[in-house]
Amino acid sequence: MVERTPILNILTHLILLTGLIMLLVPLWIVFVASTHDFRTVNTVPMTLWPGNQMIENYTLAWNQSGFGPKMLNSFIVAIGVTAGKIAIAAISAYSIVYFNYRFRSLFFWMIFVTLMLPLEVRIVPTYAVAANVLRPYQELLDLVGLTSLVNTVAGIRLALPEWSMLNSYTGLILPLIATATGTFLYRQFYLTVPDELAEAAKMDGAGPLRFFWDVLLPLSKTNMAALGTIMFVYAWNQYLWPLLIVTDIANYGTAVMQLQRIVPGPLFGEPPRWHIAMAGTLMVMTPPLLVVIFMQRWFVRGLVSTDK
Amino acid sequence: MARIDIRNVTKFYGKTQVVHGVDFTINDGEFVVILGPSGCGKSTLLRMIAGLEEISGGTICIAGDVVNDKEPRERGCAMVFQNYALYPHMSVAENIGYGLKVAGVPKAERLVRVQTVARTVGLDAFLDRKPGQLSGGQRQRVAMARAMIKEPKVFLFDEPLSNLDAKLRVQMRIEIRKLHQRLKATSVFVTHDQVEAMTLADRLVVMNKGVIEQIGAPKDVYDRPASVFVAAFIGAPGLNLLPATISSDGHSLTLADGQRLGVETARYPALKPGPVTLGLRAEALNIRPQGHVTGQGTLKATFDFAEELGVGQHIHAEVAGSPIVIHVDGRHPYTYNDVLSIEVSPRDLQLFETKTGLRIAEVNAPVPATSRDQPFVLDALA
Amino acid sequence: MTGKRVTFSNTWLAGLLIAPQLILVFTFFYWPAGEALYWSFTLEPPFGGENQWVGWQNFKTVFEDPLYWNSVRISVIFALSSTVLAMGIALVLAVFVDRRLPGYQAYRFMYFWPYAVAAPAVGLAFRFIFAPDAGFVSALNQWYPGIWNPARNGVDAVILITLANAWSMVAYNFIFFLAGLQSIPRTLTEAAAMDGSGVLRRIADIQFPLLAPTFFFLVVINLTDSFVNSFGIVDITTAGGPARATDLMVYKIYSDGFKGKDYSLAAAQSLVLMLLVISLTFIQFRFVERRVHYS
Repeated sequence: MVERTPILNILTHLILLTGLIMLLVPLWIVFVASTHDFRTVNTVPMTLWPGNQMIENYTLAWNQSGFGPKMLNSFIVAIGVTAGKIAIAAISAYSIVYFNYRFRSLFFWMIFVTLMLPLEVRIVPTYAVAANVLRPYQELLDLVGLTSLVNTVAGIRLALPEWSMLNSYTGLILPLIATATGTFLYRQFYLTVPDELAEAAKMDGAGPLRFFWDVLLPLSKTNMAALGTIMFVYAWNQYLWPLLIVTDIANYGTAVMQLQRIVPGPLFGEPPRWHIAMAGTLMVMTPPLLVVIFMQRWFVRGLVSTDK
Repeated sequence: MARIDIRNVTKFYGKTQVVHGVDFTINDGEFVVILGPSGCGKSTLLRMIAGLEEISGGTICIAGDVVNDKEPRERGCAMVFQNYALYPHMSVAENIGYGLKVAGVPKAERLVRVQTVARTVGLDAFLDRKPGQLSGGQRQRVAMARAMIKEPKVFLFDEPLSNLDAKLRVQMRIEIRKLHQRLKATSVFVTHDQVEAMTLADRLVVMNKGVIEQIGAPKDVYDRPASVFVAAFIGAPGLNLLPATISSDGHSLTLADGQRLGVETARYPALKPGPVTLGLRAEALNIRPQGHVTGQGTLKATFDFAEELGVGQHIHAEVAGSPIVIHVDGRHPYTYNDVLSIEVSPRDLQLFETKTGLRIAEVNAPVPATSRDQPFVLDALA
Repeated sequence: MTGKRVTFSNTWLAGLLIAPQLILVFTFFYWPAGEALYWSFTLEPPFGGENQWVGWQNFKTVFEDPLYWNSVRISVIFALSSTVLAMGIALVLAVFVDRRLPGYQAYRFMYFWPYAVAAPAVGLAFRFIFAPDAGFVSALNQWYPGIWNPARNGVDAVILITLANAWSMVAYNFIFFLAGLQSIPRTLTEAAAMDGSGVLRRIADIQFPLLAPTFFFLVVINLTDSFVNSFGIVDITTAGGPARATDLMVYKIYSDGFKGKDYSLAAAQSLVLMLLVISLTFIQFRFVERRVHYS
C-alpha cells in the first residue's frame, strides 16, 4: 500500500527493537555470565560483553552435575513422549473419525475433557497412581466385587502385582502422553481429508489398517512434524513431574530437574557461582531452543492448531 | 474532471515484472473495462490506480495530478472489492458510513447520507444487520453503497460480480450500468468475464501477460481483434484460427491441406507471401449445399458434432486438420464425418502474422459481416 | 459431528485402536482426578488404616487457613499482572510486526525464542539477572543501596516472578495475536484505507475489534497458565519466599502434599484449583462459540 508515514515507521521500528531487546536480553545476559570467571560474574554492575572463561565454565558445569547422562535422559523422555504421543494420537483419532460405533462420541468427550486439567493441578493423586499403576484396576476389581467373587468361587485372592513407575522412563513418559492435545490435532486433520479418498481405498480393496498405513499416515507428515516439535519442547521442559517421581537422580534425573541443584546462593552454603549456574542453564535450554529455531514453521503451526 | 492518465506504468514484485509499460488514458465519465485472463496484471493495475500497490515505474495521474506517492485516501477513488471486504463487526449502516466517520462528518449528516444511499441501492430495510446476515447480492449492494457515499471522482471495481450466481450477476451488471449512466463518474472495472466486459464497457482494455493487447470500443475489439490472443479470447466461441500460407502473388492463401481461398490483395498493403494465421468468425460462415457456387470462396470441412444453444447451434467441424466452429440459426441434419461446404466471403477474412500474432492491417476495411445476409438453406447432403 | 460419511465397520479394531489412549486417560487422568475428590472428603488416620469420611472438613481447614488465602491472593495478583503484561506487550508487538515494514520477518523470527525456554530455566536466569548482589539489576542497589532485594522483600519477590512469567509468555501470545491478525483478510485493511483510515485508526477500528476472539481466548489461557505452570519459576526463583510472599497455589499444593505429606489437605486445595481452571475453561468455550458465530 502506498503510505507515507515516516514518523510512524520510525516509531514502529523503535517499538519492535525495544521488544526484541526485552525478549532477548535475558538470554544474552545468561550467555555473557556463563563466559566469565567467579570474580567478574559477581561484579556489580556486570559487564554485558562475553569473557574468555566459556570453555572452562561449560566443562565444569557439565562434569560437576553429570549433565551427560541427564541430557541423555531428557532426550529419551522427550523423544519417547513425542513418538508415543504421535502414535497414540494418530490411532485414537483414526478410531474416532473413521469408525462408526456406539461409544465413539462418549470416548471423544472423555478424551476431550482431559484438556481442561493440566498435570500440575492433579499432581498429588497422579503421583500416587504412578507409585502403583495397577492399583486403580485392583480397586476397580474390588469395587465391582470380582475379587470377592473369585475368592469365594476359586478360593484365590485376586491380586494384581504392584507396579511402580517411580524412577523409570515409563513413569516419566506415560503420564505426559495421557492428554488430548495430539488427538485433536489428528482429528482435525482427518476431518479435512476428503471422503473420496476412503471411498477410493475401499474400491481398491484396502482394509482399514491398510488405508491408515498407506494413505493417511503419509498424508499426515506435516501434522506429525507440527505435533512432534511442540511435544518435544513440552516434554523436554517438564519440571515438576520428573522432580516428583525421580528420586534416583543419578540414573533417571533429567537436565531440567538438574537446574534446581545448580541454583547458587547462601541457601546451599556455597559461594554464588553464577557463571557455572548460567552455563548449566544455557545448556539445558539449548536443545528446545534449537528445535524452535530450526523447526519454527512446524512449531507455530502445531501450536496454533492444537490450542485453537 | 477526473481523467486518469496511465503513463508507461510498470510493476515489479521483487524481480518478476507483472505489468510491462502500460499506457492509456481514461476519459472523464468514461466506463472502462480491463479484461484479461487471471494473472494478466489487470488487478495489479487497478490496485496501482487505487494506491493499494506501489507503482514501480511510470506515472498515474488522476484529474491531472500525479498520484504515485499519494495515499489511497488522497486519491478520491472508491473501490468495490471482489469479496466485498465488508467489516464483519459493523452493521450495514456503519459499513456504509465508515468513510464519512473517518472524514469527521457529523453524525446527523452521516445518518441522512447513509439512508439516502441505502435507499438508492435498496438496502434501507437492512441497515441494522451485520454483513454475515446478508445474502451475496445484498453484500454486493453494501459494497456499492460504501463506494457511492463518498461521491468519489473515480469508481474502481475489482471483479465485483465474480462471487455472485449467474442470474444475480446479470442483474447487478445492469444496475451498475444504470448507476453509471446516472452518476457519470469515471469508472474502471476489472474482470475476466468477456460478456461482462462487452456489456458494461464504453471502452475495453484487453490485457495479457502484463501488456495491453488492444484498446477500443467493445464492438471494434470484437470485429477487428488486434491480435491472435484477443481474437481467441473475445467472443463465444473465439475466432476460428487456421494456419495458412499466402501465395507468392498474394492473391490467394493455401490451408494446410491445400485448399485455397481468394484474398482481396488490395485491402492488405502490408501483406507479404508466406505463413499467416487466418481468422474466421463462427457467425460469418455459411454452410452451403455441395456444388452450390457463388462468388465466394468455399472450404471443405468434415462434420464432428453440434452443440445446441437454444437460439441455434454451433457446428463443430474440421478444416485442414484444424477445428472450426460454425454458427447456424436452425437445426442441422448432419452425421459424423459428413463433408460440409462452407462459404467464406473474402471480406470476412481476418489475417494475422504468424510470428507476432498481430493483425495484418487493412485499408478502408469494410465492417465484416457478423450476421448472414441470406437465410440459411437446409440441405440434406449425405 | 465427530465422524465421516465414509466409515469402516470393524468395531473390535476401532476399540483396539482407541484402547491405549483410553487406558492412559483413565489411569493418569480420571482415576487421579477422582481420587483427589475422594481424598478431599476423607482423612488418613495417623496410625494407618482406611481413610475416614470427614465431609467438608478438609475444605473448612483449607478455607479457614489465612495462609491459604494469602496464597490465593498472591496467585490472583500474579496471574492478573503477568497476563496484562504479557498480553499487552505481545499485542503491541504483533500489531506492529503485522505492518510488514522491511525486516519484520527477523522480528517475527526472534520474538519467538523465549517460548522454548523451560520455566525453571527462566526462573534461574531471572534469579541471576535480578539478584541483589550480582547480575544486571544489582546496579540499582549500588546506586541506592537496599532498594531491590527479592530475597528479603516480598513485593520485590512477587515483581520478580511476575516479570519472569510474563517474559516467558510473551512469545506465545505474540504467535496467537499475529496468527489472528493474519487471518483478518487483507482486503479489509485495504477497504479501510480506501475509506480514508490511517494506520493507527485502522488498528483501532478494524484490527482490534476483529482480534477480540483471540484476545478472550488468550486471557483464559494466560490466567490458567499462570495459575498452573508457575511452579517451575517459583521453585527456582524464590521457593515460595520470602515469608510466603510468593507461595502460589500450585506451590502450596506441592509443599503441603509432598513436603508436609498431607495428601488430604493437598487434595482439597487441588480440587479448588481444578474448579478454578475448569470454570476458566468454560468461559473460554463460550467465547470459542462466539468466535464461530462471528465469522
